[in-house]
Amino acid sequence: MIKEFRLPDLGEGLTESEILSWKVAVGDTVALNQVIAEVETAKAVVELPSPFAGTVAALHEQAGSVVEVGKPIVSFEVDDAGAPPSAVAGSSEVASTESPAESAAKREPNLVGYGAVVEKSGRPARRQRMFDGGAAEREPVREPIPAVEPARTVETIAPLVVPNGPAAEQERPRSTPPVRKLARDLGIDLALVTGTGPAGLITRSDVQDFAAGSQSQLAVPELAPAAASAVGVSAERETHTPIKGVRKFTAAAMVQSAFTAPHVTEFLTVDVTPTMELLTRLKASREFAGYKLTPLTIAAKAVLIALRRNPTLNSRWDEGAQEIVQFNYVNLGIAAATPRGLTVPNIKDADKMTLLELSTALSELTDTARSGKTSPADLTGGTISITNIGVFGIDAGTPILNPGEAAIVALGSVRKAPWVHNDELAVRQVMSLSLSFDHRLVDGEQGSKFLADLGAILSDPATVMTMI
Amino acid sequence: MRSTVLTDEPGQDAYKASNPGISAASPRRTGGDLVQLISPEGERISHPEFDLWVSDVTDEQLCSLYEDMMVIRRIDAEATALQRQGELALWPPLLGQEASQIGSGRALRDDDFVFPSYRDNGVAYCRGVEPTDLVRAWRGNASSGWDPYRHNIATQQIIIGSQSLHATGYAMGIQHDGADSVAVAYFGDGATSEGDVNEAMVFAASFQVPVVFICQNNHWAISEPVRIQSHIQIADRASGFGIPSMRVDGNDVLAVLAVTRIALDRARKGGGPTFIEAVTYRMGPHTTADDPTRYRDANELEDWAAKDPVTRLKALLRTKGLLTEEVEAKTQAKADEVARSLRAGVINMPDPAPLDLFKHVYSTPNSWIERQKDHYSRYLESFSGSTPEGAL
Repeated sequence: MIKEFRLPDLGEGLTESEILSWKVAVGDTVALNQVIAEVETAKAVVELPSPFAGTVAALHEQAGSVVEVGKPIVSFEVDDAGAPPSAVAGSSEVASTESPAESAAKREPNLVGYGAVVEKSGRPARRQRMFDGGAAEREPVREPIPAVEPARTVETIAPLVVPNGPAAEQERPRSTPPVRKLARDLGIDLALVTGTGPAGLITRSDVQDFAAGSQSQLAVPELAPAAASAVGVSAERETHTPIKGVRKFTAAAMVQSAFTAPHVTEFLTVDVTPTMELLTRLKASREFAGYKLTPLTIAAKAVLIALRRNPTLNSRWDEGAQEIVQFNYVNLGIAAATPRGLTVPNIKDADKMTLLELSTALSELTDTARSGKTSPADLTGGTISITNIGVFGIDAGTPILNPGEAAIVALGSVRKAPWVHNDELAVRQVMSLSLSFDHRLVDGEQGSKFLADLGAILSDPATVMTMI
Repeated sequence: MRSTVLTDEPGQDAYKASNPGISAASPRRTGGDLVQLISPEGERISHPEFDLWVSDVTDEQLCSLYEDMMVIRRIDAEATALQRQGELALWPPLLGQEASQIGSGRALRDDDFVFPSYRDNGVAYCRGVEPTDLVRAWRGNASSGWDPYRHNIATQQIIIGSQSLHATGYAMGIQHDGADSVAVAYFGDGATSEGDVNEAMVFAASFQVPVVFICQNNHWAISEPVRIQSHIQIADRASGFGIPSMRVDGNDVLAVLAVTRIALDRARKGGGPTFIEAVTYRMGPHTTADDPTRYRDANELEDWAAKDPVTRLKALLRTKGLLTEEVEAKTQAKADEVARSLRAGVINMPDPAPLDLFKHVYSTPNSWIERQKDHYSRYLESFSGSTPEGAL
C-alpha cells in the first residue's frame, strides 16, 4: 500500500521548512528511521528519518523548495506486513495508516517559548489543520487506503482552503470557530459574508443566509436576475464611497491632532438649574424677543468668561516657530454637523460680543453651516472650540482638538437627575462638561481651573460678578 | 520498580557522614578532581575511597547498567525520530548523559522521591515509567505521562530549576516524618544560575534536610556555555551554601553510582544535603527545535564523543569478559523491543477528549473549574450545529 509522509512541524510552531536535499530517490528501499532528507527550518537544519520501511514511490517536492507544514512530501510503497507498528500488534496497522499524515496535518503549531510568525507567507499551517480535521475526525479508524485515495482526498478538499487568491491577503473575517467550521463545511468563503453580529461578527445565521442565497442564485439565475443580484453579493451589501471632501479633510485633521497634541480630557458634571432658569427669564424678556437663546448660547458666553481668567487655553503651539502664541482675542469655533460632514466655523472676536450679539452670531453660523455656505475664512483662525454633543442626547466624551487649538469643550445634554441640593436630594437639571486640552500648552492646573470656572458659572450665573 | 535496584545499603558502614557546613574541608569535596572509576578507554581506575561504594556491584548488575544505558539511548533516538516524523511535538534528547542518569537513578530506593527536569527520561525509566508514558506529555496527550506517586517521581519540570524547591520541601516533609528516605532533585548547569536552585540550597542547608541535588553539567544551557555561567566549578557553588559537594565524571556510570550512594547515605543518616556535579555532555541539541551547530564547535563534540559513556562501559565489560555475544544480543533485542513498543504506543495513542483538560486541575470538586468545563462543553456542542440559538 502507499503511505504518505507529510512535513511535520519540526520546531515549535513552525509553518514551513525548506527541503535542502533528498537522501533517497524514487525506487530506493528505505528502512525505518533511515534519513531520507535534510530540511532547514527557521530554527535548525535537521535530518528527516523515514517513518516507514518500504520503497520510495514518489517525491512530491523538489530539493530547494519551501514546503508548508502538513503538505505531503514523499510517498512510500509499504509492504502490508512491513509497516512498523504492525510488527508489534496486528490491529495497530489500521490506525497507523493515517496517523503520520493525519496528525501532522491536525496538530496546531505549538507556540511555547519561541513562536514563529504565523500567516507570514502563503497559507498557514492552521488552515491545513482545520480543513483536514473535518474530514479526518469523523473517521478515526479506516480500512487501509488504496493507492490513489490519499492524493485524491487532498485534491478534493484542498479547493476549500483557498477559494480565491486575493481573500488570503485580506484580514481574516471576524467569526467564531464553530461558524468558521460551518462555513468550511458548506464551502463558503467567510470573506464574502457580511457579518451582522456585534462589531461585524459573522454569525451562524449569516452563513446560513449566505448559503441559502448562493444556492438560490445558482438555481434560478435566469428567471429572477434582479432577485439574484440582490442576494448575498458584496456589491449590494456594502457601500463603497471614495474618501474625499470633508470626510477626507476631517480624517486628516483628526489624525494630525490626535497624534500631534497630547490630549488630556477632564469631566465635570454640574447642576445647571440656575442657568436654565436664567435662560427662561431671558427668553421672556423684551430684549431677547425674537432671538434664539439656547443652553449653547449661555454656555458659549460662560466659556468666553472663563477663558478670560484662564487665557492659556486660548493659545496655540507653533512647532515651526518654536513658540507659544497666546491669543488676546477669541475666535470661538462651534462644531457643526452639516450634510457634507463635520465643520467647525468660528465666530470672530466672540469675546467682545454681548450675549445678544453672540446669540445672533451663533444662529447665523449654524444656519450658514447647515446650508453649506460657510466661507473658508469662517473655517480658519479659530482659537478654541465648543462641540455640543448634548443635542444628540449624549452626556460626555473625549473630544479631539481642532488642529492648532489648545482646548475644546464638549457640552453634554441637560437632563433631570437626582442631585444633592442644599444638602437634600432633589431633582435638578444636570449637565456634564468635557474638556480636552493640549498638554503641551496647558497643564492640569490651568485646565482644571478653567473647567471649574465654567462649571461655577453654569451652576450659578451670579458668580460672574466675581469674575469680570 | 525495577527488581535490581542498587541501593546504598552495602556501603552503610563504610562511610561516616562528614560534618556538614565545613564543605571546604570535607574529604568528599574534590575540587578540580573528577571522581572517576572507569577511564574513557574503559579501564577500571582504582580509587579506594569510592571503590568501597561499588564493591558490591556484581557482574550481572554491571551488565544491567549497560542494558539500561543502551535501552534509554535507544528510547531517546526513537523519540527524536518520532518528533521528526511529526508524532511528537518536541523532545529533549539526553544523548551523552546516560551514565549520569542511569548511575544515579539506579542508586535510589523505592521510597526515595525524584524531582526531575524535562531531560531526565533515563531517571524516569529507572523508576519504572513505561517508555510510552515517557513521551505522552511530549505528544501533547497529557499534562503528565505518569502518576507521580506510583513511581515516586514527580512530573518532569519544564521551568528551569524550580523542582529543586519542590525537592527541598519534600525533604523537609521527610524530616518531619522521621523517615530515612531521600528527595532527589535533578537539574542542569544552567539551573544553578536560577534563583530557585539557590533558594533551595539555602533552605536545604538551613534545615539540613535529606535532599540530594544532582546537577548534570552538560556544558550548555541551550546556547550558553557553562564557562560563562560560572567562573568556578559548579560543584564549588554549593560550598557557598555550606553544602558538601562532589564532582564526578558524569560519563562514568560506576563513579556516578558511587557518589550518589554516598550522598544518599549521608542524607539518610541525618547528614543533610549533598550537591553532586556530574560532568557530562549534551551530545545532541537542546531540544528537537534547536540547532547546536549554530553555537557549538564541532571539535568539542568530537572530544566528548571520545568520552562516550556507553562506549567506555562496553569496553570495560569486554575487558572483563562480560560482553558475550549472548549479552550483546539480549541487550540489542531488549532495546529493539522497547523502541518498537514505544513507536507503536505513540502512533496508536488515542487523542485525549477535549474535556480531559479539566481532569487534573484540582483533586477535589471546584465550582470555578466546573463552570469553565460547562462553558467549554457547550462551546464544543456549538460545533454540532444543533444549537443555532444563542450560538454566534
